Amino acid sequence: MLITIASGKGGTGKTTVATNLALSLGRGARLLDCDVEEPNCHLFLHPEITERREVTAFIPVIREELCTGCKKCAEICRFRALTVVAGKVLVFPELCHSCGGCLEVCPEQAIGQGRRVLGVLESGHCGELGFSQGRLRVGEAMAPPLIRQVRAQNNGAETVIIDAPPGTSCPVIAAMRGSDFVLLVTEPTPFGLHDLRLAVEAVRLLGIPCGLVINRADMGDEGVREYAREMSLPLIMEIPYDRKIAEAYSRGIPIVEAMPEWAERFRGLYRDILVHAGTSGRQQ
Amino acid sequence: MIRELVVVSGKGGTGKTSVTAAFGMLAENCVLCDADVDAADLHLLMAPRVQRRTDFMGGSKAVIRKEACTACGRCLELCRFGAISGEFVVDPIACEGCGVCVDLCPERAIDFPVQRCGEWYISDARFGPMVHARLGIAEENSGKLVSLVRREARTLAENKDLQLIITDGPPGIGCPVIAAIGGATALVIVVEPTVSGLHDMQRVAELASHFKVPGLVCINKFDLNPEMTGRIEAYAADRNMRVTGHIPFDPVFTRAMIAGQTVPEYAPDSPAAAAIYRIWREITSSPVMNALGIKHFSANIE
Repeated sequence: MLITIASGKGGTGKTTVATNLALSLGRGARLLDCDVEEPNCHLFLHPEITERREVTAFIPVIREELCTGCKKCAEICRFRALTVVAGKVLVFPELCHSCGGCLEVCPEQAIGQGRRVLGVLESGHCGELGFSQGRLRVGEAMAPPLIRQVRAQNNGAETVIIDAPPGTSCPVIAAMRGSDFVLLVTEPTPFGLHDLRLAVEAVRLLGIPCGLVINRADMGDEGVREYAREMSLPLIMEIPYDRKIAEAYSRGIPIVEAMPEWAERFRGLYRDILVHAGTSGRQQ
Repeated sequence: MIRELVVVSGKGGTGKTSVTAAFGMLAENCVLCDADVDAADLHLLMAPRVQRRTDFMGGSKAVIRKEACTACGRCLELCRFGAISGEFVVDPIACEGCGVCVDLCPERAIDFPVQRCGEWYISDARFGPMVHARLGIAEENSGKLVSLVRREARTLAENKDLQLIITDGPPGIGCPVIAAIGGATALVIVVEPTVSGLHDMQRVAELASHFKVPGLVCINKFDLNPEMTGRIEAYAADRNMRVTGHIPFDPVFTRAMIAGQTVPEYAPDSPAAAAIYRIWREITSSPVMNALGIKHFSANIE
């Protein structure tokens, strides 16, 4: 069971839901923090990291002694990562998408395998909960290849929970593609609703069943609930605004730790997800 | 000399857009620019009337012409993005737009049409001109669209002889953020006093330090955790960023949003609005925003 926690708008409580759901399930579950630009789950879980490796992507390295300056590599590169100036190939590694086109077309085998560091992949556990996260190198623009590496760390766990980045563009798609269920976390405000509509469009484009969690449920208006009814989006959980929750959050303390009675509610959330993933969700 | 303030946060949901909108109202003569093209919200407070709508043409995507394809398998072998199925159909979501299959297909059976990835607008909004955009769902090239709206905002400011651009930036530190901060006069980092807020602000400040721009900090909901507010202040001082003020936690943010108004407009006498007035005065009077456009290299984020 692969569940992705997503939202259009940032700061609605994705990480709160992902960490508390994962902690409530514990054994047999694995949490993958795919918000590689700003990974936050570790701040709440303090996981023990047992494995750490760099994730890299191919970039061309020119073997100048073999290069004839024929420009074939620069011609095939749609990303302008290669250009020929006065018979010499210049490489702009940060523009390279690692498509390998230059390798294919170079008639002189003058292009070697270079590497650009995208970020770090870290794995470990928090008690019985398995954990992995990606951390994009500061200055690196391309998150999706690193996100795909984090996604690959499911280690055969029965239940995998993915904390996705905000938005609806390529990093989010990389995080939620192929999930069994997407749980959208929103707040009941005009910004929350506007970005939720975009997120629902993205999820439906991928054909994944989804459900809704409304966070700070009593601070806003009825717009999100009306929209959910209109779109027959199952509203699975509401989390009220509670200063105690907000303060625990500010200190990096999960809700289930500050208020243990919430663990049962998050296990209930999981049971409801199973129901919606199997039945009503598919009808969408 | 046109100056551009770019509002960022690292973490989403810290109040970037509400703060940007309030600045846009207080600034009077300025161009507003929404560079959060992936989940743009500024228009919800600005009620823009679109004057000009333009398609945003992003990259191209491969499309295999069935009738010309001999199923030789060369494209499958070449594609590093797993975008081509066994039946030789390209998945447009997975296609990276590198065109390697297009160039190397022995039958020349692959087309490469340019995609419409979204649209962008020049509008008249409640407090002045505004440039904004909408990126298509599941699209790439958000960085390109961010650069485009910023460039258009600058042209608009030149044409209208306005000296200030206020840009609402995207969350995170990836490609759209990189495109949003290069060349800014100053960044305003809106941060909340939580462990995540501080962590994410550190990453965006680290990114910004590469771009040699001054950083101004505004702490929202500062009273939620005074200890964390202290840590943010210490971090800001450490990186040569000036703290321009503190906004208290106030449900008036949400109520103003529901009314489609900015905070100072909806509740001019609220403590939150008072804090925003003070912060705006701090920003406009700070040396980095001087009218002559003299660069203060000593003010850059370290």
